[in-house]
Amino acid sequence: MLNTKDILETISMIQDENLDIRTVTMGISLLDCIDSDIDKACDKVYDKITRYAKELVPVCNQIEKEYGIPIINKRISVTPIAMLASACQTSNIVKFAHTLERAAQTVGVNFIGGYSALVQKGFANGDYALIESIPEALATTEHVCSSVNIGSTKAGINMDAVRMMGHAIRKAAELTADRDCIGAAKLVVFCNAPEDNPFMAGAFHGVGEADCVINVGVSGPGVVRAALSKLDKSANITEVADLIKRTAFKITRMGQLVAKEASSRLCVPFGIVDLSLAPTPAIGDSVAHILEEMGLEQCGCCGTTAALALLNDAVKKGGVMASSHVGGLSGAFIPVTEDAGMIAAARSGSLILEKLEAMTAVCSVGLDMINIPGDTSAEVISAIIADEAAIGMVNTKTTAVRLIPAIGKKVGDELSFGGLLGGGPVMRVNTGSPEIFINRGGRLPAPLQSLKN
Amino acid sequence: MRAILTVVGKDTVGIMSKVSSLCAKYNVNIVDVNQTVMQDLFCMIMLCEIDKVEESFNSFSDAAAELGEKYNLSIHVMHEDIFNSMHKI
Repeated sequence: MLNTKDILETISMIQDENLDIRTVTMGISLLDCIDSDIDKACDKVYDKITRYAKELVPVCNQIEKEYGIPIINKRISVTPIAMLASACQTSNIVKFAHTLERAAQTVGVNFIGGYSALVQKGFANGDYALIESIPEALATTEHVCSSVNIGSTKAGINMDAVRMMGHAIRKAAELTADRDCIGAAKLVVFCNAPEDNPFMAGAFHGVGEADCVINVGVSGPGVVRAALSKLDKSANITEVADLIKRTAFKITRMGQLVAKEASSRLCVPFGIVDLSLAPTPAIGDSVAHILEEMGLEQCGCCGTTAALALLNDAVKKGGVMASSHVGGLSGAFIPVTEDAGMIAAARSGSLILEKLEAMTAVCSVGLDMINIPGDTSAEVISAIIADEAAIGMVNTKTTAVRLIPAIGKKVGDELSFGGLLGGGPVMRVNTGSPEIFINRGGRLPAPLQSLKN
Repeated sequence: MRAILTVVGKDTVGIMSKVSSLCAKYNVNIVDVNQTVMQDLFCMIMLCEIDKVEESFNSFSDAAAELGEKYNLSIHVMHEDIFNSMHKI
């Protein structure tokens, strides 16, 4: 029989340290739903999603019950809608978003991602229409998430798309100003977007993927923090890294088990486990608190980037062996409004945008869930996107930007989204104008893959 | 399928009897029991066979949790595999 200590450890991880499966995401290809008539295309999309994902929520609920491990979100990701829009002979494609919303409500998922376009090298038919429709799509739906990939290490950065996305983010916030600008919280701009990411708002089902797959995202910052809190303060950094690796292994094994079980019960191939530390605003579920547990006074102080680099690397190393296929974003997330420790650090002034940008060079995603002043111009937002994409492009990693312009609010005011999206203070942004640089447009060339110094 | 039933709480008279009666009521076979008292906390772990469970696994699990609440104990029933996958390579 199993060791009593091991059993109690697992139970304490789930009960006291907020260990959970953050998401089971079903990826569904919509390539076979393409039609030149948007009405017909939407009917096919609705039918396919509701047919494939019919059992997703009940099966996940049953697994949750049997294994005693909470599965917080059940989600769907679909083929980037811009590809379907390319075939349609209409420029108003927001109907696709409404169809996704209807399908999400029918099957009862928490979010549906894939109102997306991949424009890292240029725009195809449908890409312009999709990007222009994003603000309206997000304002008129509740569950739909949108993402746009504007750069990659191989292709460089599409600066025309960067300029457009600055305006799209502002408009998404303006259209939802009465709801704490939540539209912008469902929109993410990527460089090197992964095609099998189960996490929102950036999930979409890549074109290289199978017809339907199950991807699972694990979580567990609280477990890592609790393990570190038991470590002696004099333990050296190698011991810290080893402890994080061992903990990440255990967390990921749980994700692998749930992924295998969900895949077999739904008769859908298992895609990947995304071994991420995804925080929530709940106390004891914070990535910032892990960094503080390592010995920093508050997240954002000097040493934060090094501590985060250690954490991100150790999570990957520990998790890789625990799962047969690893993918998605895999690493430590640093979304400000979704992390109690980050919110506190931002409020106290310890965490600033520039430090966050440095942290994104070593974390798994990017500038995530950051409230910025409502009067920030679209050009400044575009320039933040360009900076962040450049970090991703040069370092061959995924970076992302999810900023929420707090319309009508200024530095120090607060936005509150509720639920997993949390809330937090509006942070200061350098307002020097990058207008001429951003309005030049064109393509920022891809970096050399040699002469790396 | 085998499940692990854990009971953690303040040590009182008759915990084992209450839990095993519940198992019998739901036709759950107890395969192995391990019990310790750690720092005043009663800690019991039961390995159960639940293939022939009456009604459903969910109702047994709910009844166990309810019993726990009634006597101020923390009772969980979880599939054995979750522990195996986490602690065995």
